[in-house]
Amino acid sequence: MIGPPTVRRIGEVVESTSTSFVAQCYRLESAPALGGLVRTDSPDIYGVVGRVTTEPLDSARPVLARGEDADTEEDVIRDNPQLARLLTSRFQVFIAGHVEDGVTHQYLPPRPPRVHSFVYACDLEEVSRFTSRLDLLHLLLNSGVSYSDEIVGACIRQAASSHGQPSDFLALASRTLVVELSTDVARLNSILQRISP
Amino acid sequence: MTQAHDNDSMIDGRIDSVPGLPLGMVIDGSVANGVEVKLDPGVSVEQIKVGTFVTLQGANNRFFGVVTDVGLGSTDPRMKFTPLSADDPFVIQALQGIVAFGTVSVLPQLTMPDVVGDEQEPAPAKSIPAHFSRAFTASQEDVETVFGSEQDGNFWIGSPLDMETKLCLDLGELVKRSMGVFGKSGTGKTFLTRLLLTGILQNGDASSLIFDMHSEYGWQGQDTDKGVNVKGLKQLFGAKVSTFTLDEEHSRRRGLSTDETVHLGFNHVEPEDVELLRESLNLSDVAASAAYNLREKYGEESWLKEFLNAGKGGSLLELAEELQINAGALRALYNRMGRFTRHGFMVEHSRTDTAAQMIEHLERGQHVVLEFGRYGDDEAAYILVSNLLTRRIHRKYVEAKESAMGGSGKEPRPLVIVIEEAHKFLNTSVASQTIFGIIARELRKYNVTLMVIDQRPSGIDPEVLSQVGTRFSCLLDNERDIDAVLSGTSGSRALRSVLARLEAKQQALVFGHALPLPVVVRIREYGPKFYETVQAGGDSEDERKRKVDELFAD
Repeated sequence: MIGPPTVRRIGEVVESTSTSFVAQCYRLESAPALGGLVRTDSPDIYGVVGRVTTEPLDSARPVLARGEDADTEEDVIRDNPQLARLLTSRFQVFIAGHVEDGVTHQYLPPRPPRVHSFVYACDLEEVSRFTSRLDLLHLLLNSGVSYSDEIVGACIRQAASSHGQPSDFLALASRTLVVELSTDVARLNSILQRISP
Repeated sequence: MTQAHDNDSMIDGRIDSVPGLPLGMVIDGSVANGVEVKLDPGVSVEQIKVGTFVTLQGANNRFFGVVTDVGLGSTDPRMKFTPLSADDPFVIQALQGIVAFGTVSVLPQLTMPDVVGDEQEPAPAKSIPAHFSRAFTASQEDVETVFGSEQDGNFWIGSPLDMETKLCLDLGELVKRSMGVFGKSGTGKTFLTRLLLTGILQNGDASSLIFDMHSEYGWQGQDTDKGVNVKGLKQLFGAKVSTFTLDEEHSRRRGLSTDETVHLGFNHVEPEDVELLRESLNLSDVAASAAYNLREKYGEESWLKEFLNAGKGGSLLELAEELQINAGALRALYNRMGRFTRHGFMVEHSRTDTAAQMIEHLERGQHVVLEFGRYGDDEAAYILVSNLLTRRIHRKYVEAKESAMGGSGKEPRPLVIVIEEAHKFLNTSVASQTIFGIIARELRKYNVTLMVIDQRPSGIDPEVLSQVGTRFSCLLDNERDIDAVLSGTSGSRALRSVLARLEAKQQALVFGHALPLPVVVRIREYGPKFYETVQAGGDSEDERKRKVDELFAD
């Protein structure tokens, strides 16, 4: 593994269900990219990042535009240091697998992660290892959210760069997709076009 | 394969069946319609041709079948309406083979013995392989198991589609029933016939009598495509073949010597012959049947001669009155027969019985080719002569067979009579009267069978056609002809697509009695290499060398 785990710790689980969880970022706007692979600690549960939101902590106090007189966007942040405390970034993670007794499975864990579990961003090696099989695509495709195709496409694109032979990985991914979506060519086609090199 | 296994197979002198290339797996099917095989992603649908042999490895049986259709399938029926980016190779490659795949329809025809070379023979398939059974292209061993090999005394006629394997015919079985060679003009009927005749001669089980309309089989024929002469049977087999000719002059002009010249006497012509010629001579019903009245009056031997004399003497009117026949009809008969009997081969009275001569040759185990020379283009002459001779030969054969059945003689040698333009003899209106119709229907019992060569099989009486055991069909494109050739064949719907897609040359669909299943054959080349094989008594120089090498190989 590269570096201590704390380096890659990016947030904490704040909502949890059997199929997905929501994590809050420690720092504003520091959520991982769409389709990125993350992992919770104890138990080890892997997931793929879906919707990322940044919003006021207090929903009764909406964010107001403050940059009318500022020259740059950075000036706005600098002139309003309170913003970092009033806003928060959260991201939804779709569970893609878990580790049980040292074995990685790409199906749902028996229990979702506990609230306040730490969430880590996976490094390239871990991504490459986890995505050497792609049963997780089945979970993602059937996550039930309207933009699941986007998540799948983003996930494959990101994972491809972690593999030594991205074209081989893309071929494996496309074969997996074709089997999963053999009865829905239109959807298959749209995802394939998203991952086409 | 283990070492022990290897040894076993060597001791037995046989090898385990080696499957051909894997094609795909069975996904659907029924006994009636055959099975559908989904091709593996790596197998291009373009590699598979209709008519190719395939083996299917079921759980307990291995099936042998033929590809009857090739199709394209998809897991998603909406795919054809989905706009896909055909120019993106990534997308197309991903879809190909899994979502969009090739299918082949296979008609399982036989179940194969488990071990090649086993005593057990391939048997007709009465079931189909289960789902997910693997399909392979048939290997050389498979084809040999099904069709027999040259080593077992079968005749190599060509190769199956896309294979280099020798496809062999059991000639013993072939000559047991009548056979037909069909195909439109210029598709290689004559070459195929020549090849089959060579096989029959080589095999030696049967004699053949060939009514050689265009003088193509005896000494030499022509390859009009290549503009060269090809050897005829006489050149290949020498003394085994006797050539008769109707037209001595024609033979002399071609620089050929023939064994006998045929002269037919008026005394040999019978009213039945006139009946048969009705269409060719454009005679009315009444005119043709007048011949019977004439025979009654003048007797069997001399009716035609007397009638022609009466005509010359100008007493036709009295004759008509006497016989109570329409005078016009009688005159028509006189005119046509008069013209006809002016042919060089017709003589007033012939003492030599050509039919008896022919039978003599045939009984000696020889094969007889009757060349028509310039009379070949005269339809009426061809019909008359072939009928006249065949009727006599038929009579002799029936007598011989009957006395053999009574225990007082030996079985007549099986005889194959070859006729061209068969629809002229065997069309619905005359088939019941001509001797060929009778032979086709029943003469198998008397050891005589027909080989009919025709380009319009639809013109042949269906009843006769149904008796044609083995059919060789080159390309046909007329719907009615295709129907006629396939009539009475099981699975004819599937064969129809095969037949209509034959190549115009050197390919034939062969099916029927002598074969376990229909097969498309790329006919073997009839040329110098073939002559060498035939004249060497079986193997060509190369082949002999190969066999020696094989024998002494370690």
